[in-house]
Amino acid sequence: MKKSLVACMIAAGLALPALAQQQITVVNFGGANANAQKKAYYEPYEKTGTKVIPVEYNGEQAKIKAMVETKKVTWDVVEVESPDALRGCDEGLFEKLDYSKIGNKADFLPAAVTDCGVGVFVWSTVMAYNGDKLKTAPTTWADFWDTKKIPGKRGMRKGARYNLEFALMADGVKPADVYKVLATKDGADRTFKKLTELKPHIQWWEAGAQPPQFLVAGDVVLSTVYNGRIDAANREGRNLKIFWPGGIYDLDYWVIPKGAPNKEASLKFIQYAMQADAQAVYARNIAYGPTNTKALAKLDKKVLDDLPTSQANAKEALQFNVGFWTDQGEALEKRFATWATQ
Amino acid sequence: MRTAAIALESADAPPHQLRRALARAGARRKWRAFALTVPLLVFLLLTLLVPIVALLQRAVENPEVANALPRTVRALDGWNRQQAPAPGAYAALTADLGALPDSADAGALARRLNTEIAGARSLVMGVYRALPIAGTPDEIKGRMLEIDPRWGEAPYWQAIAKNGSRWTQDYLLASVDLRRDAAGQVERMPPDQRAFTRILLRTFQISAVVTVFCLLLAYPLAWWLSTLPARQANILMILVLVPFWTSILVRIAAWIVLLQTEGLVNRGLMGLGLVEQPLALLFNRTGVVISMVHILLPFMILPLYSVMKSVPPSYLRAAVSLGSTPLAAFFRVYVPQTYPGIGAGALLVFILALGYYVTPALLGGADDQMLSYYIARYTNVEINWGMACALGTLLLIATLVLYGLYRRIGRAELSLG
Repeated sequence: MKKSLVACMIAAGLALPALAQQQITVVNFGGANANAQKKAYYEPYEKTGTKVIPVEYNGEQAKIKAMVETKKVTWDVVEVESPDALRGCDEGLFEKLDYSKIGNKADFLPAAVTDCGVGVFVWSTVMAYNGDKLKTAPTTWADFWDTKKIPGKRGMRKGARYNLEFALMADGVKPADVYKVLATKDGADRTFKKLTELKPHIQWWEAGAQPPQFLVAGDVVLSTVYNGRIDAANREGRNLKIFWPGGIYDLDYWVIPKGAPNKEASLKFIQYAMQADAQAVYARNIAYGPTNTKALAKLDKKVLDDLPTSQANAKEALQFNVGFWTDQGEALEKRFATWATQ
Repeated sequence: MRTAAIALESADAPPHQLRRALARAGARRKWRAFALTVPLLVFLLLTLLVPIVALLQRAVENPEVANALPRTVRALDGWNRQQAPAPGAYAALTADLGALPDSADAGALARRLNTEIAGARSLVMGVYRALPIAGTPDEIKGRMLEIDPRWGEAPYWQAIAKNGSRWTQDYLLASVDLRRDAAGQVERMPPDQRAFTRILLRTFQISAVVTVFCLLLAYPLAWWLSTLPARQANILMILVLVPFWTSILVRIAAWIVLLQTEGLVNRGLMGLGLVEQPLALLFNRTGVVISMVHILLPFMILPLYSVMKSVPPSYLRAAVSLGSTPLAAFFRVYVPQTYPGIGAGALLVFILALGYYVTPALLGGADDQMLSYYIARYTNVEINWGMACALGTLLLIATLVLYGLYRRIGRAELSLG
């Protein structure tokens, strides 16, 4: 009796992996974006028979590095920001992608196609204000610095990234020249000097969810903010407005950590999510631009108006310079930390 | 009968034998006691000492350049470090890069050099992607300058030459705002990169302020608790402990709700007519200190309470009956007896505060961040673990020095409550 029970258990143990449904772990940044991904990608894809387990993280590349170095990779598809996609690819943290299994490269935005990461969506860091509270809307980035014209605090992300670009634009540099100026010693001095002007009026934010709260609560009158967060707040009945010119747009990428357990299944998932239809569903759920250019035709004007990739919004925007920031980021962030203590 | 016989026997035995038997029994008991502590010792070894040693090691380890560029380092040996090196160094560099087993090694090298001089990443990866580059050393030099003219600049080569050794003091130097110049002499960082000494001072300053406020708030409360009957004291103690058991994030979120511009505190103050404009209580030093004091208060109350419970109230009464004023009796008789509690509580709060990360990150501005924020930054964002470990070492040493000072000044055995 006992023996047959043991045999039964062994048999069950052997059979389990075969019975178990295939599953992949997809890592995202949480929040409204994760919900949109769930609706557009995870849930429809699960109907094809592969279970998608969503995991949230904060972009800590240390976690991926530790997994890859100890060869215990439990994540299959990970959303990363553009500098991390580039750097991790150079340092061998991610698998090289086989685009024949993902889709037609020509359909994707040029920036979306990289060796290790495929761009999933376009997002933008923009200036925003509360339409219910602010009487005079800003018309240039110089207004962000002009505390006489628009009195009140300004919300800015704690760190050098984006703020340096905005400071130069406020100082009169054209979006196209921003990185050229920033790369010089004088340009860097100039941007920190400009930031110093605004320093007493800045309220720093750490998490993307904070600036919409600041604006709604009236803590700040103007704030830099990720455009999707404004969209999410407006879906909850707020009247927050975006000032698009000078916005800094960038892509988030999906990568497969080196040695991930389900590489083929992951590629199939990415292939599904990169299709125009799935990307259109995503853009309807959160105002981030699709990277499959064919998705734009499937969206109506109301949705397009809020996307960073729509023609009107992208006209005077600045593309985030990944190469510049992977090179100069550490030194500039340290300079920012020094500047903050002064 | 038998016992008596044995007793007689041993009484007859020579005394040195008895002593030996006793010593054996004593040693056995000692070993058994030691064996009981082994699990704890192993645990401490694995969770405390090993990580600390690994941390110290990472702070001085520098394998990237030595591993990836052995020929280049040799070729740069006699270089004057002023102008661009001889073409031989260029040839050695391309040979080294070509011999790397994996592109990940080139990435690691690029990352290491980029922490030394911003821009080196794209420089190294650019030439790595252009491989193979063949020809005479002069041709190779020409080709590399074509790929990126920055190869003609000395600072990038200096970064390679300086890091040829497997061990480096650079991370530790950088953690106190020092660096080595091209010739290897230690000098101060340029003014716009001198961040960490100020940040360390700020870390100590915030911790000290938090400790003082904790003491001021906890002392009267602990005293009151110690004078109450046990039943009431227990109920109140639970009130002290409940927030202690609540997640830090929840408590921080609660403070945001309370302290924001249109929050409860500001509206209350304005309603009472105490202030005209709402006070800025959040996303600055004030918010950080308020929240940290709240989170760390139990660590001050508990040691104080346990010490105060053991102070007999009769001493105070005796002092007063001998003619002291109540206030003088309190400060000259009661307070000195609570010094061990004050010392333990203050040290505990101060050391815990030194490592705070989440609270300043969420409630503070750009100039309210403590050292651990930058440790986390170098670990997670920059992936510069050498720098993260060096900053960790700095914090560890600073804490140990402070503890040593406390021991010397306090001249008392530490009792952590």
